[in-house]
Amino acid sequence: MSDIGVPTEEYQPPPEEEPPVRAVSPGEWVRQNLFNTWYNSVITIVLAPAIGYLIFRVLRFVFVTARWEIVEVNLTNFMVGTFPRDELWRPWTAMAVLGLVVGLGLGVTARANTEVARIRGVRIGASWHENVRRAAPALLLLVALVVFVRTATPLVLLAGVVLLAVLGYYAGRRIPPGRRRWMHLAVLLGLAVSYVVMTQFDGVSLARWGGLMLTMFLAVGGIALAFPLGVLLALGRRSSFPAVRLVSVVYIELIRGVPLIALLFMGWLILPFLLPADFPTPGRTWRALIILIAFTAAYVAEIVRGGLQSISTGQYEAAQALGLPAWKTMRLIILPQALRNVIPAMVGQFISLFKDTSLVLIIGLLDLLAVARRVTQQPDFLGQGLHAETLIFVSFIYWVGSYWMSRESQRMEKRLGLGER
Amino acid sequence: MSARQQPNVTGTRPPPWRDERVLRVAVQVAFLAGVGALLWLLGGNLVRNMRAQGMRTDFGFLDQPAGFALTGTDFSSRDSIGDALLVGLQNTIVVSIWGIILATVLGVLVGIARLSTNWLVRKCAAGYVEALRNVPLIVFLLFLYLAVLQRLPRINDAFDAGGFVFSNRGLYAPWVAVAENSGIFLAICAGALALAAIVGAWRTRRFDATGEPHHRVLWGGAAFLIVAGVAWAVLDRPVSITLPSLEGRNVSGGYELSVEHGALLLGLLLYMAAFIAEIVRGSILAVPKGQSEASHALGLGGFQRYRYVVLPQALRIAIPPTGNEFINLAKNSALGIAIAFPELLRVTRIAIGQGQPAPQLVGIMMLLYLAISLLLSVVVNLLNRRLTRRGA
Repeated sequence: MSDIGVPTEEYQPPPEEEPPVRAVSPGEWVRQNLFNTWYNSVITIVLAPAIGYLIFRVLRFVFVTARWEIVEVNLTNFMVGTFPRDELWRPWTAMAVLGLVVGLGLGVTARANTEVARIRGVRIGASWHENVRRAAPALLLLVALVVFVRTATPLVLLAGVVLLAVLGYYAGRRIPPGRRRWMHLAVLLGLAVSYVVMTQFDGVSLARWGGLMLTMFLAVGGIALAFPLGVLLALGRRSSFPAVRLVSVVYIELIRGVPLIALLFMGWLILPFLLPADFPTPGRTWRALIILIAFTAAYVAEIVRGGLQSISTGQYEAAQALGLPAWKTMRLIILPQALRNVIPAMVGQFISLFKDTSLVLIIGLLDLLAVARRVTQQPDFLGQGLHAETLIFVSFIYWVGSYWMSRESQRMEKRLGLGER
Repeated sequence: MSARQQPNVTGTRPPPWRDERVLRVAVQVAFLAGVGALLWLLGGNLVRNMRAQGMRTDFGFLDQPAGFALTGTDFSSRDSIGDALLVGLQNTIVVSIWGIILATVLGVLVGIARLSTNWLVRKCAAGYVEALRNVPLIVFLLFLYLAVLQRLPRINDAFDAGGFVFSNRGLYAPWVAVAENSGIFLAICAGALALAAIVGAWRTRRFDATGEPHHRVLWGGAAFLIVAGVAWAVLDRPVSITLPSLEGRNVSGGYELSVEHGALLLGLLLYMAAFIAEIVRGSILAVPKGQSEASHALGLGGFQRYRYVVLPQALRIAIPPTGNEFINLAKNSALGIAIAFPELLRVTRIAIGQGQPAPQLVGIMMLLYLAISLLLSVVVNLLNRRLTRRGA
């Protein structure tokens, strides 16, 4: 027989070897990253003491010299402003409902992502320390709140809300794919129910909301209501009717050319003049919300327009070949893809709206920042210059919110490879 | 008669209620009519409500004396409302232009620092960008104003750091002092600049013709310095630098910046620099790595690689988003209202508080901001077109 043995098994390529990882000793690391050239050595030698001193001063302020009692005493004010204290069960109930539906939504999304990842053969499991790093900003905020809180009740209630959210998450993961569309309804219903709990049945009108609660209401309400308007404007800007295009472009460019704070002034001072005389003037908070919606809609429109432009003409042509009418093409083929592509940009817009809500301070609403300004005028703290403490506390809340959301959005963008298609 | 006859179009036209062309026009006319009716309704309401409250609906109030003074400017209460708006507009423009220039410089530096090979520099730049970008500008401005600048020492024991004086009454920096004949000197300087340009062009032509090193910056700079230096000596110091000096409770010389102005400028430039840094970093990363490697292979050093290969290409990517940030900066200058800096929005607010009609004033203010935004976007577009054309 022949000497050349016919391989009986299918050829298997040798397993890919991991590139060798060379352990870098600390000395080597310092030489490579801090003293690799003469000018880097100079920079390091000059910069290191300066940074060290700065960190020392900041740490000394935070842990030694800062008078945090102004935050401790006013923690409830920071959270809800002048909301009647007998009615605090309402925000807690609303938070419980929201925690449940948000958990549910996250659970459903997580399961959908897992399925997509399995189909595409992508690994999405995050390691333990990566998860901790993801949650770090939120944990930091939690630690700050625990330090500042004076009684145990809020902590117990907060733990309850978190527990409900976790329950919602695991319930969401068990929902079969066919029932998934009810999730959107559940989230909307949750928002509606929490609003009703707050304001109806002898509830508290918007005029008395304040603090972080008002900030969150303006941000979430603003983006949620601006979204449909923005989609309409984007479609209008790409309409085949020149008149519709003209009106959309003029609206979008007018709004984008003017500072938000100037628009808020307009809403505050001019909006009441534009309504019929016998029409009840909406309250200050509503006027601010209307302006935030009108403003955000213009920016959402530009984002959605970008998404619409990213869809190739082949999609339109294929839909046409299948005999779909124009509006069905839009609703079933184009918009779902376009809107999915713009999720990260929409998160960015939400972050910027979340930060921009602080401008309502100027027109006299009592949002998170306004509380920080107001508490320094309390008799106990008047004229003691505790601006640094209060402003650092609210910046920290804004920072955690924005940083956390932008990190999560980057992660989502990377994981779903949205930029690659 | 040609063999191919056009089909008789007029004969087969559908009736107007099914003719797409007619329907398209009809829909658009109806849409415009709806929008117009809405605007007309709102305008009618505006005029009716203003009349009902006894407010004037014309613009004659702009010529009346303002009745308020603006601190930090030489505007007095006898000047007219229109002049007050102009002062506000001027302040907005000045703070925006300085903010744009300084934020660009700082933003480019921080953006490059984020890509440094030095770990410490990289982390510092990243910390700076992440700390500022995720906080609202108004919070940062208030922090700078209330917790930093107003906490500076009082003028009696102001902090004097080699030419810069910091106190809670104002910030003082070295500045140029002008004499009576400085106008002539400036004219001569302009001439010298033109001469430098001519010398540079001559060196370039010579380089093209003979190939000997042109050194046009050296030659042009020397021409300018010689002419300007001789003029400076002949005119007996028409322009000199004054340092602010502290004498008791007074500061003489130097440039005075009110605390409000300083806080707004510093806040805008530090905040927007963080955003520009992110754009710069992204643009540098967007230049293909092969470009950098190829220039390395050609023997260019680190600085030359950046100066001649990477940065020119990154610049072209960075210009449109940076232009957006410039417009944002100009719009954000309206936040001066939070720290009592008399820019356009605050002046409008004060005038309204004095009982002047709000709708007209707010309308004028919006138009002025819109004009600033449009002007900036035109400038950025021109710049962009020029750069992309030259690179093509």
